[in-house]
Amino acid sequence: MDYTVIIGLEVHVQLLTQTKIFCGCSSAFNPEQPNVQTCPTCLGLPGSLPVMNRRAFELAMKTALALNCEISPYTKWDRKQYYYPDLPKGYQISQYDLPFSHDGFVEIVIDAEAGTKRRVGIIRAHLEEDAGKNMHDESGRGLDSRVDLNRAGTPLLEIVSQPDLRAASEARQYLEELRLLLVYLGVSDCNMQEGSLRCDANVNLHVHPEPGQKVATPLVEIKNLNSFRNVELAIEHEVTRQWAEFQKTGLKIGDVPKTTRGWDAVRGATFAQRGKEDAADYRYFPDPDLVPVTVTQDEIDAVRASIGETPPARRNRYAVTWGLSDYDCRVIVDQERDFAEYFEAIATGCGDGKQAANWVTQDVLREMKDRKLSVAEFPISPAVLTDLLQRVLAKKVTIKSAREVFMDLLTAATDETPVPATVERVAEIIQSKGLEIVQDTGAISVAISAVIEKNPKAVADFKAGKQAAVGALIGQVMKQVKGADPAGVRELIIQQLNALL
Amino acid sequence: MADSLDRQPLSRETVVKVARLARLKLTPAEIDDYVGKLGQVLGYVEMLDEVDVTDIEPMVHAIELRNVFRADEVLPSLSRTDALKNAPKTDGVCFLVPQILDGGGSSA
Repeated sequence: MDYTVIIGLEVHVQLLTQTKIFCGCSSAFNPEQPNVQTCPTCLGLPGSLPVMNRRAFELAMKTALALNCEISPYTKWDRKQYYYPDLPKGYQISQYDLPFSHDGFVEIVIDAEAGTKRRVGIIRAHLEEDAGKNMHDESGRGLDSRVDLNRAGTPLLEIVSQPDLRAASEARQYLEELRLLLVYLGVSDCNMQEGSLRCDANVNLHVHPEPGQKVATPLVEIKNLNSFRNVELAIEHEVTRQWAEFQKTGLKIGDVPKTTRGWDAVRGATFAQRGKEDAADYRYFPDPDLVPVTVTQDEIDAVRASIGETPPARRNRYAVTWGLSDYDCRVIVDQERDFAEYFEAIATGCGDGKQAANWVTQDVLREMKDRKLSVAEFPISPAVLTDLLQRVLAKKVTIKSAREVFMDLLTAATDETPVPATVERVAEIIQSKGLEIVQDTGAISVAISAVIEKNPKAVADFKAGKQAAVGALIGQVMKQVKGADPAGVRELIIQQLNALL
Repeated sequence: MADSLDRQPLSRETVVKVARLARLKLTPAEIDDYVGKLGQVLGYVEMLDEVDVTDIEPMVHAIELRNVFRADEVLPSLSRTDALKNAPKTDGVCFLVPQILDGGGSSA
């Protein structure tokens, strides 16, 4: 008996507006000063009226379009009623039956080596308001909970995926791809520590008692997962737990209602949360305080035009323009926009995308990580690296020498008394270390003749058909003519040896 | 009309459920009272069922206005003192509520 894991994710993203969704209070993250960003509207005081933030709606539309969603020509907001101290009005303004967007998708790579992709459906994306923040007494003395309403009314985009994910690792992939897109679009900072991106996971199993048969286990929603790692761990744990539970009880979906679980990162386990048996009865109805929004095709086109290049489009362009592998395209684009732009400047500057990709994905990325530097802080500018790569491509220095120059530049630039990495410095280092490839074939020929004379055995081996004998000769020539290009030397040696035959 | 009133549009269970959802504690006598009174209101509204609405677009709002937006510009907020002024209990910084047992935040 085996099983398939079925996962759908609900992601809440705070949009990067200046103000809240229905009032002019600042939506800045400000936990140090509770309750200084509120007004009668977000406090839900009588007589106040919400008015939709245009920017919030535009950012939401931009995201939905980038998620390949359809935009509804007509949308409205509804009241979702429940009582909780972080929800001052006693209802949340959300979207129920007419969300502003629906039916999109995100593509993820589920097997990097085979390049297998999965298209994860987006059921809907809708625009709603965030709740405030409850802070619980942790002294165990049962003291009051404290409520900060700074966050209440922050614009929130809820993105609901189809249950198309089949493994915890896929859920993580999906979140990473989604986060990259949101950051590229500039619609959210996606800071998980600050709660700008939050995730709930719906998980169950399709058990196959016999091939072709399917029994679904009861649905579980894991709430408030606050890091990608925790999403992955919580789902993995939940899969194991549900499988054990099913083998023990045989309970199927429908036998028990959907349950909610939390994630205890310390214990590494999900735990049952108190059943809110009434919670499902939100008694949605259209909010009479807000008027509907209609969107024309012209407006959709205008927002679509503002999207710019999405990460998948950028990866595709790198593959087409520079002939980069899928893997390299991902490594570069997934580092976020600054890094991709760094690569592009060098690729365009030196005219060789593959060479540029090799350098940025290996040397630059490694040094950035080791030295904990961002692209903006990285001391070797695209212009300088371009200069160095141009020298490699013009066969003026070898790749090995270029790496030496690169490291010298970096070391000097990050020294206590830093020496800026400039194009002039590149020339200086090459000169002082004698790294320039010796183009003077005359000098090389003389050296080769001398080496051939001194090595009758290697010459005899070569004559006997041992090509490997050339290797020993190259090393000796290189010692005499510093900075010679080994490939060129090899060619010249073979020429001279052939002349002896 | 008379029919719909006789049908008792509101059950006792519904009244109990609605009261619970609204966090209202009702005595059995009050429940009986609401079954009758709320039922009458519902029964009256059910008159609308007589209207044939086939092929009529559902209306979600009573006014014809659309697309009312405001600019994303910060306006002054209330001072913390004012924000907390009407709260039954505060510590001068936050609203205070009886301890929340199940932890976490709401489902927003």
